[in-house]
Amino acid sequence: MTPSVIKLKVTDEDRRIAWLATAAVGLSLVDAAIPSPLPGVKPGLANIVTLVVLARYGWATAVWVSGLRVLAGSLLLGYFLAPGFFLSLTGTVFSLATLGLTRHLPARWFGPVSLSIFAAFAHIGGQLLLARLWLIPHDGVFLLTPIFSLAALVFGTINGLIATKLLNELPSQPEPSCA
Amino acid sequence: MAWLALIKPGDWLVILLGMLVVGISFPLFWQGGLADRAIVRQNGQIFANLDLRAKRQLAVPGPLGQTLIAIEPGRARVVSDPGPRQYCVRQGWLMRPGEIAICAPNRVSLQITGRTKVYDSISY
Repeated sequence: MTPSVIKLKVTDEDRRIAWLATAAVGLSLVDAAIPSPLPGVKPGLANIVTLVVLARYGWATAVWVSGLRVLAGSLLLGYFLAPGFFLSLTGTVFSLATLGLTRHLPARWFGPVSLSIFAAFAHIGGQLLLARLWLIPHDGVFLLTPIFSLAALVFGTINGLIATKLLNELPSQPEPSCA
Repeated sequence: MAWLALIKPGDWLVILLGMLVVGISFPLFWQGGLADRAIVRQNGQIFANLDLRAKRQLAVPGPLGQTLIAIEPGRARVVSDPGPRQYCVRQGWLMRPGEIAICAPNRVSLQITGRTKVYDSISY
């Protein structure tokens, strides 16, 4: 006889987060496949999902989706708990905190492009800080700042544009179908 | 451009701000400017203070033999050194102000300087 089975109730919100996180993880994999001239300079395509989720479902959902993406992405790419994982986590924490603040900017004037750029700069800022404090305790790391900030500006703008386009083309999207 | 229509006025402001930050970060973090001169020391004394504009070679005598230094526009390197571990040779080209290659056994050092003086972490 089986004792009582613990049954977790799966809400629609859970399903939605799972689907969106899957999309983000997929984009992380695409990201990792793109060759990069310098470690750390990446398009960060998964942030498009974060931006769309933030605009559609709010900050809390965006935190869930990003958090799951970092965790699952690192497991799939095999750097879970390696330095790259902590860099990724720090960048995500910093950019989510920044998104939490900047999403209150008047939407009439500031679109996802602004949020994306702010988040990208916060992302590299956090990563450089962690790298300086922990991985490479030498001011030499900051020599990379100009290159990273240029990448943040370029990719932040592009990702923000893609997110804006997606938000415009999928107006008030229905539940992600579980097909 | 359909894409440009997606950018709101505030976004342009943020992009401009980002450009400003990027523009400032280059001189801020790559301070010291370009490599200007190479200072060659022998036994702690300045042996030569060379302009990094012309191409030339320089042989510096030391207790073990001759250390050969090559100067090229904007960069300098230790080409050969009689020292046993060859650290200064393997450093390759030095092109940023403040960079230094020290051939300790032969008591020769090669340092790059720029217009402004840059301190490394040892000097404070």
